[in-house]
Amino acid sequence: MEWLFSLAPDFMVDFWNWLPQWIQVLAENLLYIVLIMVPLMLCVAYVTYAERKIIGYMQVRLGPNRVGPKGWLQPIADAIKLMFKEVIIPTNSNKFLFLFAPILTLGPALAAWAVIPFFEGVQLSNLNAGLLYILALTSMGVYGVIIAGWASNSKYAILGALRSAAQVVAYEIAMGFALVGVLMASGSLNLGDIIARQEGGFMSWFWLPLLPLLAVYFISGVAETNRAPFDVAEGESEIVAGFHVDYSGMAFAVFFLAEYANIILIAALTSLMFFGGWMSPFGSMADHALLGDGTHWFILKTMFFIYMFLWFRATFPRYRYDQIMRLGWKVFIPVTIVWLVVEAVMVVMQVGPWAVDTAASVAGA
Amino acid sequence: MTMRTIKYYLKSFLFLELVKGLMVTGGYLFKRKITLQYPEQKTPISPRFRGLHAQRRYANGEERCIACKLCEAVCPALAITIDVEERDDGTRRTSKYDIDLFKCIYCGFCEEACPVDAIVETDVFEYHFENRGENIMTKDKLLAVGDKYEESIAANRAADAPYR
Repeated sequence: MEWLFSLAPDFMVDFWNWLPQWIQVLAENLLYIVLIMVPLMLCVAYVTYAERKIIGYMQVRLGPNRVGPKGWLQPIADAIKLMFKEVIIPTNSNKFLFLFAPILTLGPALAAWAVIPFFEGVQLSNLNAGLLYILALTSMGVYGVIIAGWASNSKYAILGALRSAAQVVAYEIAMGFALVGVLMASGSLNLGDIIARQEGGFMSWFWLPLLPLLAVYFISGVAETNRAPFDVAEGESEIVAGFHVDYSGMAFAVFFLAEYANIILIAALTSLMFFGGWMSPFGSMADHALLGDGTHWFILKTMFFIYMFLWFRATFPRYRYDQIMRLGWKVFIPVTIVWLVVEAVMVVMQVGPWAVDTAASVAGA
Repeated sequence: MTMRTIKYYLKSFLFLELVKGLMVTGGYLFKRKITLQYPEQKTPISPRFRGLHAQRRYANGEERCIACKLCEAVCPALAITIDVEERDDGTRRTSKYDIDLFKCIYCGFCEEACPVDAIVETDVFEYHFENRGENIMTKDKLLAVGDKYEESIAANRAADAPYR
């Protein structure tokens, strides 16, 4: 904030100092929230464009290319169209819950960004229990889905909601265990510390010692966001569109925003926890401005994982429902537990280059 | 544990088959795209294309149709309605020749049945109706279409003639 004061005329600085402190804190935080939210919402809009374009290319099509140059205005056109459509509320639905559900889905996906570190010290709130906060919020999203399914008063919607609920519960556990592995490796719940612990370039990031956990985490993330191949919650061949059949206009758009915000969030978290966030892959070898540490690395890694989401969707056929359950309960949970034990043994025995670090951090804590 | 079991587990835990699938779609990402940009680009059309109907005339401007009603008889969708009259010069002509384009299935039988090549299907496929009733192609409309596209109609018939 200091550089802002040096730019502003004196009377504005005086006015700022005259304000009570709680207003200063509120205004400052609101400014930061806007600074995070506006680019994020734009990213969400353009992830939908990227999805249509990339999947189109993988299917030897061109994808949207009519609105604006190369179709760049397509998401804007979609947003305007959805904004002017009527939000139809089914007669026998619970009106409050029906309209509240999309907000409840979107809210957590955006709120989780409060603890994401974009660079050393650049984050809205440096929470010590950041990882727990993330876990809590990512599992909140499913309430929106369940409430949407219930409030619509439609059998397709309730079936989609039930499927989604069971699926998210199953994968939540594996996801939590995978994050316990990160916690053990870094010795901290603070996301900034987790990144700091991965210092030293590509080979010292957590993906290498935690490879099975990375796979489990990312696949669970795909399942958690209800994306293909785990999108039985909206399997159009079976239950039309699942929990959001009865939604239209902006209410539907908010569900859409939430889905893509969740994709970006999971991609960002994967790059934070397993790929060193804003750390440069070249470690201390490169001192050049672009090759060194920086937010651009975080953005690049996040983009890569978003691309993986889209690639999966273009490639894999939808899982059968019982196979999803089997994968979640009988494969992922055992795999994570086994790897947690292996990791614990490695930490105690101080095996591997990363274990020494971890032991030091545990001792330090 | 047999070798097969070990192989199976190795295969599933290394995601071998999944990676294979990803490689296929990843490869297609860079393939040449085959999308046709429709209004600007169009696919080539066969001379046998069966589109909008038309009635032709002879070179002297006389309409070809002699109201034999063969097309009406052969039409499987009963889309053609014909009324016959004797014209002042004593020739047999139609007083009404309607094709309901909503009923028509574009099978081309009318064209096959016609002994004087009067009713034909052109290669025009970009047309639409804005009002109720416009789907009925009257004799005047059919003749107008024929006059407008006579060149391409004749060319298409000539191109296909060796195969008939």
